[in-house]
Amino acid sequence: MTKLRGTGIAAVNYPTGMNLGGDPSQALIHSTTTGNFVVSLSSTDLGQGLKTVIAQIAAETLGLPFENIIIDTADTDTGPHCMGTFASRATHRVGNAVVEAATEAREIMLEIAAEELEANPADLETDGSGLIKVKGQPDRAIHIIDLALAAHFKHARTIAGRGMWMKPKSPVDPETGAMDPDSTEAHACVVAEVEVDSETGQVDVLTLKCVYEVGRAVNPKLVEGQVIGGAFMGMSHALYETTDPFYPSVEYKPLNWTEYTLPGPHEMPVIEAQILEYPSSNGPYGVKGVGEMTANAPIPAIANAVKNAIGVRIYELPITPERVLKALAEKGAAEA
Amino acid sequence: MAAEIVSFMLNGRETVVVVNPLETLKDVLRDRLGYMATKSGCSQGGCGSCTVLVDGEPMVSCILPAKDIEGREITTLEGLTTKAGELHPIQEAFYDNFAMQCGYCTPGMIMISKALLDRTSHPTHEEIADALAGNVCRCTGYQPIFEAIEDAAHRISGHEWSGGRDIGGSKS
Amino acid sequence: MTVQHKEELHVVGKSVPRRDGLGHVKGTTTFYEDHQFNNLCYLKMVRSPVAHGKLNGVDFSEAEKVRGFVTYLTHKDVPNNIYTILRLIGVGPDDEPVLAVDRLRFKGEAIAAIIAESEEAANRAASLVKLDIEELEPVLDVEEALKPGAPAIADTGVNYFIYENEMDHRQVRLGDVEKAFQEADYIVESRFQSSPIEHAPTETTGCIVVPESDGRYTVYTNTQALFFSLDNAGITLNLPFEKMHFVGGTSGGGFGGKVDVITEPVTILAAMHTGRPVKFKYSRQEEMAVSSPRGAWRLYYKDGVMKDGRIIARKVTTYADSGAYNRHTPYAVTKHAANAAGPYNIPNVSIDAYCVYTNKAPSSAMRGFAVTMASWAIEQQMDKIAEVVGLDPWAIRFINAYKNGDMKPHHKIAEDATLIEVMQAAAEMTGVDLPQEYKDMSSAEVSHD
Repeated sequence: MTKLRGTGIAAVNYPTGMNLGGDPSQALIHSTTTGNFVVSLSSTDLGQGLKTVIAQIAAETLGLPFENIIIDTADTDTGPHCMGTFASRATHRVGNAVVEAATEAREIMLEIAAEELEANPADLETDGSGLIKVKGQPDRAIHIIDLALAAHFKHARTIAGRGMWMKPKSPVDPETGAMDPDSTEAHACVVAEVEVDSETGQVDVLTLKCVYEVGRAVNPKLVEGQVIGGAFMGMSHALYETTDPFYPSVEYKPLNWTEYTLPGPHEMPVIEAQILEYPSSNGPYGVKGVGEMTANAPIPAIANAVKNAIGVRIYELPITPERVLKALAEKGAAEA
Repeated sequence: MAAEIVSFMLNGRETVVVVNPLETLKDVLRDRLGYMATKSGCSQGGCGSCTVLVDGEPMVSCILPAKDIEGREITTLEGLTTKAGELHPIQEAFYDNFAMQCGYCTPGMIMISKALLDRTSHPTHEEIADALAGNVCRCTGYQPIFEAIEDAAHRISGHEWSGGRDIGGSKS
Repeated sequence: MTVQHKEELHVVGKSVPRRDGLGHVKGTTTFYEDHQFNNLCYLKMVRSPVAHGKLNGVDFSEAEKVRGFVTYLTHKDVPNNIYTILRLIGVGPDDEPVLAVDRLRFKGEAIAAIIAESEEAANRAASLVKLDIEELEPVLDVEEALKPGAPAIADTGVNYFIYENEMDHRQVRLGDVEKAFQEADYIVESRFQSSPIEHAPTETTGCIVVPESDGRYTVYTNTQALFFSLDNAGITLNLPFEKMHFVGGTSGGGFGGKVDVITEPVTILAAMHTGRPVKFKYSRQEEMAVSSPRGAWRLYYKDGVMKDGRIIARKVTTYADSGAYNRHTPYAVTKHAANAAGPYNIPNVSIDAYCVYTNKAPSSAMRGFAVTMASWAIEQQMDKIAEVVGLDPWAIRFINAYKNGDMKPHHKIAEDATLIEVMQAAAEMTGVDLPQEYKDMSSAEVSHD
């Protein structure tokens, strides 16, 4: 029995947004009487943390504390249209819509603050603490709670905003394939280190070192969640998963968690991640999108690492022990 | 087969239900009693999202016949929060370590973690992996769950935990 | 994990705790199934046991006798018996029946919905439905399916999605690959075959539909796209859109597997027929065997490479296994075509991408949709080229990496390119000391080719 080690790299791009556009999302924001801002959406959170990052984007744009933001989403009666959460589009499109809505709301907020403070709106600033202050005169300030109360009950104004972002539909030229399919591109480079047991064919992923360029990491810990979760899923795709073990035959479909082979906590590789930010030209605060890409890059890195380890390239997925042993046997026969 | 009356302790509370022969503990918890924290991922005993403690032992409630819990003490995730609404250290650790994404496997993960930490106050990486092997998580890749359990072990024993990774941002 | 920030922001860029974190650890985060209703009925689907066949009859007489049986639904009950998910993203035509009419195209295809008072009753009744089926030879291999004489699966009479100009594939053409192959020092060819993959979310697909007192229907669902699902259901059921109220909670794992609008239309129909709340939850078996997987892809790459490592021509022919119906695959194949040559600056590119029907569970979106398998093939091909030319894997990628200003194969000018930068960082991270030339490279430069 020999353990063969190998290293492999993969460098990939991933487009943000639904291909060819016609891909809109909307947001509405309004203030309560006490300065909480409700962001109304119909977008869904799949666990990647959309509700959290949207609240961050809204708070940043309004210039108010994160805690002031209330996210009301996933309801088609109260939330304006959103195309959905897929194609790594949500933070980008919904985020852009929220920036637009929050910008409108902020303008109104500053107009009212200007009246209350007897200043020019252009001379006002926020520091994220809840205060709206006159630049250079910190004692001339008003807290958002007082401002909101004044807006509702004195000025008879709604502090609210509307936002919408859409990538327009782009046709494809049938002959040349000329098209404008996406809003921006994120990129990744993953280096995988594997160990292959030449007797059993089992491939263990030892380390996955990943660099992801995501435009802007609104919440680094949530981006990390995508990187690690995606790395594990990518490893799973590369080495374990198939709904049709005898593809293209449909015999022996797995029907439970045992038959559908998946790695578990014992198979966790050591994952190191670095995030780079090169802001996109059109995402909120430069956001690109990261949710899907993290499952893509590890797969070929692992495949290349297996090749490096055993000296034979495997052209199918998943790279099962059976395929590894077959490849080693063929290599042995060829060399004999 | 006839329906049966089953009386048991649920999160410290005396509970009596009439169960049909085919009903599982998971059915009783969710559909009869409205305890929704225990999830229903497969009804095959394969994913662990329905994990509860039966007399302190972790079990998958989706294949446990409800009629067999007569006289037992059942603990669900709802039972971990104190009556005053305080979180159990394991819950705090999961929260602080971002050890969940969609949250569907989280109740089962927390319950199996409780079972583990009740037995082993400072489990090794291997012991944690053994404990989690019956709980599927499709989102996190397990790593943050390991960190949460290690953190929880220290919280429970009253020590500071210096682990985890600095990811360059501050938690507010 | 390290992050570099460029400017001072007060909350964007900070790892604030999750909004739903407390709900998750207390088990109070609401998933669709956590809503309870009196008088709830359960929907179970009768499904095709064969991969390909003619459906000549369905007999419910034994099923109706099951205690707890409420009603059944067949294609006759569906006002507009077709899934319209493609129509709503501007692609067409739609092809998949909600409930089978007289043809079965994949093992597991939905034939009839049984609604009953309990899950057990629904399952038992569904198992007692008798099907009169004449089996047909299934078509399983994507290239076999395209050969003349192969049995046609689709009503269009062919086994491929018909693109504009009656084309049987999506194509991309840049430059002249054949001419470039003549000039190349090396030709490198490969064939790749991936496997269908299941999303396997911890929470299966499902919904609960509740008739409300104002005549509307509330749909509690874990779909990834609420309005998309609402609009599709409205068209399928001829139901005015304002009659539906879609409510999501959190989806217990999406990964692209919950955008097929597969449970909502028939469940709304069941609620309309019974006047009661109805729940349709995919069993784990259904989720594994019937719900759309990531499609298998077969990819052929032929590259013309110069001695110095430059790829001057890339010819790509790919076959996406769409399974029995379109779902989102025709859209994916177009997206795929825009990414099938990879993030590299190649002056001559030809891509032919086919969306092929076979008698398998229809495939659909999954994390990385349309690009995952292209990236897998491309990055292996890059390593293979490196071996042929005698360069290391880093060198081959730096030599060919695209930059801002480059023309992409689909005739879009590259912007926001950062492939070079991620590679530089990864090399440093892994202790690889790159030649200065690669360390000095930047995506900001415009290629001078």
